[in-house]
Amino acid sequence: MSVQSLEIRRSSASVWGSPSGMRSVPTVAKYIDTSTCIGCKACEVACQEWNDLPPLSTQQVGTYQTMPTLDAGFWNLIRFDEREVEGGLMWLMRKDQCMHCAEPGCLEACPAPGAIVQYANGIVDVNQDNCIGCGYCETGCPFDVPKFHAKTGKMAKCTLCVDRSSVGLEPACVKACPTGCLHFGTKEDMVALGSLRVDQLKKGGFTTAALYDPQGVGGTSVVTVLAHADHPEWYGLPRDPHVPLGVRFWKNILRPVGLLAIAGAFVAAVGHYFNFGAKQVQGSADSETNLPQV
Amino acid sequence: MASLAATFGRGAMTNGWVDIKNADVILAMGGNPAENHPCGFKWFIEAKKTRGAKLVAVDPRFTRTAAVADLYAPVRAGSDIAFLLGVIRYAIETKRFHEDYVKLYTNASYLIGEKYGFDDGLFSGFDAGKGEYDKANWGYEADAKSKAYGVDPTLENPRCVFQLLKKHVDRYTPETVEKICGTPKETFLKVCEVVTSTGNAQRVGTITYALGWTQHSVGVQIIRCAAMLQLLLGNVGRPGGGVNALRGHSNIQGATDLAGTFEILPGYLKTPAGPQQTLKDYLESATPTTLNKQAWASMNYWQNYSKFMISLLKAVYGKNATKENDFGYAWLPKVDGNYSWMYIYDDMYRGSSMRVGGKEAVPEGFITFGMNPVGIGPNSSKIINALSKLKWMVVVENYEIETATFWKAPKEYGGPDSSKIPTEVFQLPASGFAEKDGTFTNSARWMQWKWKAIDPPGNSKTDQEILARIFLAVRDLYKKEGGPGADSVLNVTWNYTNPAAPDLGEVLKEINGKAITDIPDPKDKTKMIRTAGQQLENFGQLQDDGSTLCGNWLHLGVYTEAGNNAQRRSTADPTGLGMYHNWGFSWPANRRIMYNRASADAEGKAWDPTRPGIVWNGEKWVGDVPDIKPDSKPGEFGAFIMNAEGVARLFAATLNDGPFPEHYESVEAPVENLLHPKVTSSPVTKKFSSDKDVYGKKEDFPVVCTTYRLTEHYHYWTKHTNILNQLQPGFFVEIPVALAEQKGIANGSKVKVSSARGSIEGVAMVTKRLFPLKINGKEFWQIGFPLHWGYAAGDTGHTGPLANFLTPSAMDPNTWTPEFKTFLVKLEKA
Repeated sequence: MSVQSLEIRRSSASVWGSPSGMRSVPTVAKYIDTSTCIGCKACEVACQEWNDLPPLSTQQVGTYQTMPTLDAGFWNLIRFDEREVEGGLMWLMRKDQCMHCAEPGCLEACPAPGAIVQYANGIVDVNQDNCIGCGYCETGCPFDVPKFHAKTGKMAKCTLCVDRSSVGLEPACVKACPTGCLHFGTKEDMVALGSLRVDQLKKGGFTTAALYDPQGVGGTSVVTVLAHADHPEWYGLPRDPHVPLGVRFWKNILRPVGLLAIAGAFVAAVGHYFNFGAKQVQGSADSETNLPQV
Repeated sequence: MASLAATFGRGAMTNGWVDIKNADVILAMGGNPAENHPCGFKWFIEAKKTRGAKLVAVDPRFTRTAAVADLYAPVRAGSDIAFLLGVIRYAIETKRFHEDYVKLYTNASYLIGEKYGFDDGLFSGFDAGKGEYDKANWGYEADAKSKAYGVDPTLENPRCVFQLLKKHVDRYTPETVEKICGTPKETFLKVCEVVTSTGNAQRVGTITYALGWTQHSVGVQIIRCAAMLQLLLGNVGRPGGGVNALRGHSNIQGATDLAGTFEILPGYLKTPAGPQQTLKDYLESATPTTLNKQAWASMNYWQNYSKFMISLLKAVYGKNATKENDFGYAWLPKVDGNYSWMYIYDDMYRGSSMRVGGKEAVPEGFITFGMNPVGIGPNSSKIINALSKLKWMVVVENYEIETATFWKAPKEYGGPDSSKIPTEVFQLPASGFAEKDGTFTNSARWMQWKWKAIDPPGNSKTDQEILARIFLAVRDLYKKEGGPGADSVLNVTWNYTNPAAPDLGEVLKEINGKAITDIPDPKDKTKMIRTAGQQLENFGQLQDDGSTLCGNWLHLGVYTEAGNNAQRRSTADPTGLGMYHNWGFSWPANRRIMYNRASADAEGKAWDPTRPGIVWNGEKWVGDVPDIKPDSKPGEFGAFIMNAEGVARLFAATLNDGPFPEHYESVEAPVENLLHPKVTSSPVTKKFSSDKDVYGKKEDFPVVCTTYRLTEHYHYWTKHTNILNQLQPGFFVEIPVALAEQKGIANGSKVKVSSARGSIEGVAMVTKRLFPLKINGKEFWQIGFPLHWGYAAGDTGHTGPLANFLTPSAMDPNTWTPEFKTFLVKLEKA
């Protein structure tokens, strides 16, 4: 479902994009400060409860981490990492979730029209009505976020609580966070908050602290303070995420060409019909099933 | 709490949660606040972010708190005293302590009598036969002429507390600390430097702790170290300072305030004992006297004891309590020994009590209300067997807990076959915290009203309805049949609008108390300070002639004529220090920081003007609610009004295991005591002697083990809740990487942990957050596991072993708190 009061800036499998601009909305963002996260998982529970996601059946396998990865029924995961470095031990905790990229690889990869949308405020959402569950978005995502839900046959992920944020509430995880390591607001404000915290960390001796807001995907609507930003991989984050080249190629070149080819084929078929009449069918119509699913 | 009362005069968190934001240094030791107090931990983070405060975590494990700390130091479980006395030695040695403060507000200058001594692990006055100290040996030396306490303001007399302390801690050099605690010397010195950076007027530091200190056979003395260190650093009474006990349950402070344990009545009044047959005997023995005739006299606030006690008796027995009958004192039960919970199970298990020397009958019935003895142990097997001897047991709980189903505990816990258990078990369904009104009193002593959110399900009843209906039924039985103790029950006043389910607002009103008759103003007898029926406003209005009633003098002010102050929710904070005086009610007297007189210097000026507690404005004390007579001039009274001396105690003769802390090994220790091998563990630790009370030797059980809680679960309850089970699905054992390698244990595989009391199995969590420690040159291992599991998990299926099957029943001699935090085990692949 899409939220009607939010204009759609971009929509998957739309060639020309969606016209927007009637409403004036700033880009929103969530701020995560990994240096003050205590891994309490209140955000995990708040996410499950707000979104009516039933508890999953997990097993203790020797870790504090709830799940190995995100799941279609588990959109918010604290990742734990024990790391020995010079000067001591670190136990890093990072809240993993959809990053809500400004240039979302999932949306680019999605072949179903309107299945993945980006609202004018920057939130990237899966529209369950239109999703066909093909999983292409998973390949398109540099953060390994969207997951296939076996029961619904659709993809699912964090919505940045679009139902809350569109009525002026912070996402459920932010509301539940006890230490204040999560905040929600305009992207501009969150970046400013992040810069302040990064400065503090630098003064405190974390010389490589920085705000993770990767430009390879146009920046994200989840900005993350990392005390050791020279090693984003310690937190389970890619160093320089990009939408995979293949997805870009498919989206920007192959797909328009394909659509032109379909149109061309249609024109040719109509012309052929008028010129030569109906074709005698022999066996299956292979040429038609080979068309991309639209 | 016993140690804070012995040192400062009151046994509670000195400051408050919000106040932690005012600290420059936070030492988190004996607790893992990020794990167990995630909401309160926001103030630690706030201090870090806004003040650049340094958070120091000292723990056997690299914890969630350590993960966000500025400095982490490992310490061997059970060696905290050596560590802290080492810090105290460092502070004295390097003169990094607040000398002016120490001279003004502590007993550093007081002289101790010649009978006090310490030699080879024993304080003077030890009676080996009884296993007890005679504390009379640790008294102050009165001045021959004035008969007041003898003092040496220069702190140079070898018999003054300061010199005795200096001598006592001299053995705890950084090298010795490293040998005992396993903390590398450099790391230890870094901690010393950061912590003692607050030993002056400009800076303030706080110490936070929880059960990691309390649950040792020397728990009270560990906390004493912290209290003494904070006194030396001048950090008590000041915003951003204090010794802050982080309570593990939302209302455990409220429970202790209202007689949560057998030895106290509401308001920390003493439970009468056998020899005190009359009210006069009792009041004489309970009311402290002072020799203090120093320049700063003592308010000795406990001199008002009779007012608190008689007003309590009036609240209990109402009109039946008269001056002629000692206000019904005779109806109060008198204790003849130790009725602490561990002793109750010991009696049950033995089938007879030896408490008063001869054999005595033991309870045949048992009501366990909001408590899960089988889970909270220690030595679960003994408790299961003890309950198996009862005729009946009533369990009041939200879930069917381990205790309610003890008769079907898995065989390995060693209980009798259920066909041989005579116990009839009744479970009364209780209501959860959101299903009833009432107050929570948090660690910061804030009494906060909460409103019911939803009705309790099914037949569940509120606590007060369950208690009231039991009381009324028992009273009816006494009315009909009489019997021993009938007067104690029949004379109780019970004037609630709905006697079978009292409204808790009415109860709170009674706890606060009111005037029974008009109370004249002592300064002008024509005026009344209260008229009959009016709610009292402060404990200064209490009387000892039966004209006031008060259920708990400490809570006085919570429900005045202005209404239920626990319901206040103003976020106004004129001080900017997070005191919020119009939010709820903070006992005592809505004071947010206890002992706040010590936040100012001799003249009444704030030590740090940016963080004033109270200051003298020429006429009165302003700021927080003053912890001193509001119009008493600076210099008139000492800052610690609850202590007879008027000062805080670096030397405290009231505890059962010594006036100074000393390093003793846990009852199950991996090494001999390096300082005095002849006295390895505390000589006065309490142990039991039944066949189930067995203690392991280091030769058989070489690994040090500790137990703890997880942020994802709450005690034994939440395994009934799948959304939390999802986060922490089952029991695990945390094992250092190198030990796992040595034993061929893979992460996620099954392991078996055994102590002298039994064995449990769980999933191995192989981690870098635990590591070998070098103790006196030899490598030792520590492992640990959380305690949230058991055999009762409803239909969730998330059962697991009882952690306390392995823990020993050895106890602190002051509080009888068991030693859950250090014991010996062996570890194997399962």
